[in-house]
Amino acid sequence: MGKTLAEKIWDAHVVHHEEGEPDLLYVDLHLIHEVTSPQAFDGLRLSGRGVRRPDLTLATMDHNVPTTDIDRPIADPVSARQVDVLAQNCSEFDIPLYPMGDANQGIVHVIGPQLGLTQPGLTIVCGDSHTSTHGAFGALAFGIGTSEIEHVLATQTLPQRRPAMMAVTVEGDLPAGVTAKDVILGIIARIGTGGGVGSIVEYRGSTIRSLSMEGRMTVCNMSIEAGAKAGLIAPDDTTFAWLEGRPRAPQGSDWDRAVEAWRSLPSDPDATFDKEVVIDASALAPYVSWGTNPAQTVSIDDVVPDPASFDDAAQQEAAARALRYMGLTAGTSIRDIAVDTVFIGSCTNGRLEDLRAAAGVVRGRRVKDGMRALVVPGSMLVKAEAEAEGLDEVFTAAGFEWRSAGCSMCLGMNPDILTPGERCASTSNRNFEGRQGKGGRTHLVSPEVAAATAIAGRFRTPSDLDTPVSSGGAG
Amino acid sequence: MEPVRVISGTAVPLRASDVDTDQIIPSDWLKKVERTGFGDGLFESWRESSDFVLNQGRYDGASILVAGANFGTGSSREHAVWALMDYGFRAVVSVRFADIFRNNAGKNGLVAVEVDAATADALLDAVEADPSLEVVVDVEGRRISAPAADIDAAFSLDDSVQYRLLNGLDDIGLTLAHAGTIETFEARRPEWLPRTNS
Repeated sequence: MGKTLAEKIWDAHVVHHEEGEPDLLYVDLHLIHEVTSPQAFDGLRLSGRGVRRPDLTLATMDHNVPTTDIDRPIADPVSARQVDVLAQNCSEFDIPLYPMGDANQGIVHVIGPQLGLTQPGLTIVCGDSHTSTHGAFGALAFGIGTSEIEHVLATQTLPQRRPAMMAVTVEGDLPAGVTAKDVILGIIARIGTGGGVGSIVEYRGSTIRSLSMEGRMTVCNMSIEAGAKAGLIAPDDTTFAWLEGRPRAPQGSDWDRAVEAWRSLPSDPDATFDKEVVIDASALAPYVSWGTNPAQTVSIDDVVPDPASFDDAAQQEAAARALRYMGLTAGTSIRDIAVDTVFIGSCTNGRLEDLRAAAGVVRGRRVKDGMRALVVPGSMLVKAEAEAEGLDEVFTAAGFEWRSAGCSMCLGMNPDILTPGERCASTSNRNFEGRQGKGGRTHLVSPEVAAATAIAGRFRTPSDLDTPVSSGGAG
Repeated sequence: MEPVRVISGTAVPLRASDVDTDQIIPSDWLKKVERTGFGDGLFESWRESSDFVLNQGRYDGASILVAGANFGTGSSREHAVWALMDYGFRAVVSVRFADIFRNNAGKNGLVAVEVDAATADALLDAVEADPSLEVVVDVEGRRISAPAADIDAAFSLDDSVQYRLLNGLDDIGLTLAHAGTIETFEARRPEWLPRTNS
């Protein structure tokens, strides 16, 4: 019987197998950052253990770093201590580190791919749930906890039960204005926040194959929002073209050997999945989340749903609680909701293609008076590339703030936060209560919708900006 | 890790589904570099409301949390498990746990008790009706019971997690017993695989 892509990678990394026990898997690449690693290094010191493979480990600072005045020390002493501790740990254990201010610094899931470290067929782990991003290259990549970080540091392996295999197949052409972000929001809305629990999701079908690498990263990034262990996409010529020539990608004859190996990775035609979901791309739309979990999403053409419209009591309760927190009334048109702030960035949508798409919408236009609008490149390299194309000038001329790289307003661990009640159209991945700052109200959208919303002050698509929208007030 | 065999005590009903780890411990607490002291941050935002269940004196001293489906979704932060344990919980009951949360729980000796929907509902109803109800989580027998409420049900728990809980074993020590196999595996890895330091 044939094997799936994930099964091939899994089987090639089993160091030790024993009936009834989890497989001991080898880890090809371990990415670390300042937030989830300090207690793991402490554990190593307490037990007198070292780091087995510093040459397969890479660290950066992303969650705590401010995105302005990065040449000055971090003002918050607790954040400052956390990044200092990472620097000390990396120095003590010889782990390469891209610190704040370095040309290669950035969000851990943006820098791995751009360096060419993220490659097809690898096992990649990181103490961060959005590690699934790297699955876009046909790697098996998943988030781990701090105890597991310590385990990987000490042994370069991880005991893991083999998850179930799930296929999410999206077929057909995307309607105009529908992006990779909408593909994954649409998938989560259909399978739910628990739809992928216990599974590795392989995204398949013509729609997925037609996506760029950046789009594929956006899709795989939010696999965890459907509860999946990991998400991945078969490597193909799009993958190889993106990787070739990157600093840590194989070079010369190694490149040819690598590509030959990578071509054998896609799932065999007779491979079977434990579960399959098929989605028609023509049914997808630009989505806006209305609630406090990433499955609580509707089309921008829709209205805020009535909690009573949900099937079971738990969902009704969750919807009612979400509407209270979000300050929304059932039946309100999404386009009528006034927004205070727009955030473009994060490991979901902070890459060059995302910034190009947003810049294309705001070029020659102005952010609505009184709104706060931020663009935060996912890495310092993305920032430099965007500036070389003049995107920074497009954004600042439109009234956006142009920042340095970091997780920024995705998660409220650095100075970029919402105030209580502040409503944000955000290209990030989580709309949980308080995620972007205590009391903040997050609506997940694509970069294109975020950009158009910054111009109009209410939820809009780029095409809305060219044609008057009847609903809503000031538009 | 200390061995965990049986947990018995009172329980707190948390009638909410999709409790994400940002709610369990807000991100501001993640700046700490220690493993201890997270109990004060447990459900920090929800605890600001006086009617939140943890603020109700009748549930003081409970060691078991009974929650809605999909507990521990979102961020991988192990701090969520540290916060629950630092506060005094030894087991969490739900119909479904997020994968990373369940892994993190097992590594720290917090028992993730995965039950069917009928058992979860019965437990929620029972502990809401009687906060002094004694609930017993038997790790060895993989059963959860509340005899006074006539509840007795099996729960699922991975064999290897159960073995580690019962014996209080350190995973890293177990893996290092295979150090030779790891070395053999490493010797076979293709040369062109990426390094972070070259």
